[in-house]
Amino acid sequence: MEGNLHLIGAGLVVIGAGLGIGRIGGSAMDAIARQPEATGKIQTAMLIAAALIEGIGFAALFAVK
Amino acid sequence: MAFSKKSIPFFIAILVAFLPLNGNASPLDTVAIKKEVITIEKKEVKDEAAEKQEKIDEVIGHHVLDGHSFSLFEDEAEKVHYGFSLPIILWDNGVHFFSSSKFHNGESVAESNGNYYFLHHEKIYKTDASGKLNTELVEGEEHVSNAQPLDFSITKGVLTIVVVALLMLLLFVSLAKSYAKNGGISSGAGRFFEPIVLYVRDEIAIPNIGEKHYKKYMSFLLTIFFFIWFLNIFGLTPLGINVTGNIAVTAGLAIITYLITTFTAKKDYWMHIFWMPGVPVLMKLILAPIELLGTIIKPFSLMIRLYANIFAGHIVLMSLVALMFIFHNWVGSSMSFLLSFAISLIEILVALLQAYIFTMLSALYFGAASEEHHHEEAHH
Repeated sequence: MEGNLHLIGAGLVVIGAGLGIGRIGGSAMDAIARQPEATGKIQTAMLIAAALIEGIGFAALFAVK
Repeated sequence: MAFSKKSIPFFIAILVAFLPLNGNASPLDTVAIKKEVITIEKKEVKDEAAEKQEKIDEVIGHHVLDGHSFSLFEDEAEKVHYGFSLPIILWDNGVHFFSSSKFHNGESVAESNGNYYFLHHEKIYKTDASGKLNTELVEGEEHVSNAQPLDFSITKGVLTIVVVALLMLLLFVSLAKSYAKNGGISSGAGRFFEPIVLYVRDEIAIPNIGEKHYKKYMSFLLTIFFFIWFLNIFGLTPLGINVTGNIAVTAGLAIITYLITTFTAKKDYWMHIFWMPGVPVLMKLILAPIELLGTIIKPFSLMIRLYANIFAGHIVLMSLVALMFIFHNWVGSSMSFLLSFAISLIEILVALLQAYIFTMLSALYFGAASEEHHHEEAHH
């Protein structure tokens, strides 16, 4: 356990990113189920939000390293 | 006695009685010898594993890091490198220009105008004629302390950027010219990109920047979209050219975005940062430095997002392919092959997605910069 606590931090970051993107995916699917004609816009918005969260996740991973 | 049938069991019994005399080694000795054999075998296996790990690190490093010569293929047994060498341009009190073949893949010292240079881990150091590198221990790691000249060489990455730029020029200039020839309808290979160009204009530029000002920024947005997309796709080939996974390249793109937002910003943009309307004065003073920092952090996040996505994707893909060689049996290797295939499909999606995200966020920042003053209704 000398200097490896940062790896636990990296794991927490990945959990956070996974949860965030999972929630976005879930709400996107609910929205598409409600209004199938808006699928294109919802998909676009979902991918944008997912990429932003992934950006933070990766940035944190690199900071941890 | 006579050798009758009844006496055979007697002889067998005597033989069996004298059998234990054949055991010469004591039981303790056999255990010691067995232990030695097992530890030697374990060490051999461990050394082999460590060697494999080193070799894998080297291959991954070659794929993912920039290099001074373009090495396509290496034959370990015959020590032959297939590839071509690139020009090295150094600034060390005078320009030094020579080919990277002088380095012989990091084995020999290159001499140019009286100075000697040595290539170590794709970095050029100034040495004496023998090519000695002065290493010193910094925080437990070996660190080379020779002087380094300013390195302006044409590396793998620079060459790829030039090639992609020429490819884009060829593609889009011919697409533009084909409109004049064919009376408004495009023809040729550029046809595939016409709907994508329209998509960038209608879904990325106009919604974020607005009808009035989007034309100024269109050229930059289109360039950056196709540039990042093509470079990401090039990085997925086995040639080992990883350009967008290099923080210097993404930093350059982010800096250009930052400069464009700063120099085409209208008065409203700076008002919103330093003296935002509709907020009490105390809050304005607190928020102004945070907003100022925000202008730097937004392009910074653009840089990190693109760099980390592409770099990490390459590392994961290469590690899974290396797993195939570590397993070395039918089940494990085929599983890791299928997994790396699936991940490479995801990487192709990520290539397009990251280009789209970079372009869209840049358009968002340009939109914020060129926003007109339309709060008149709010100020009664």
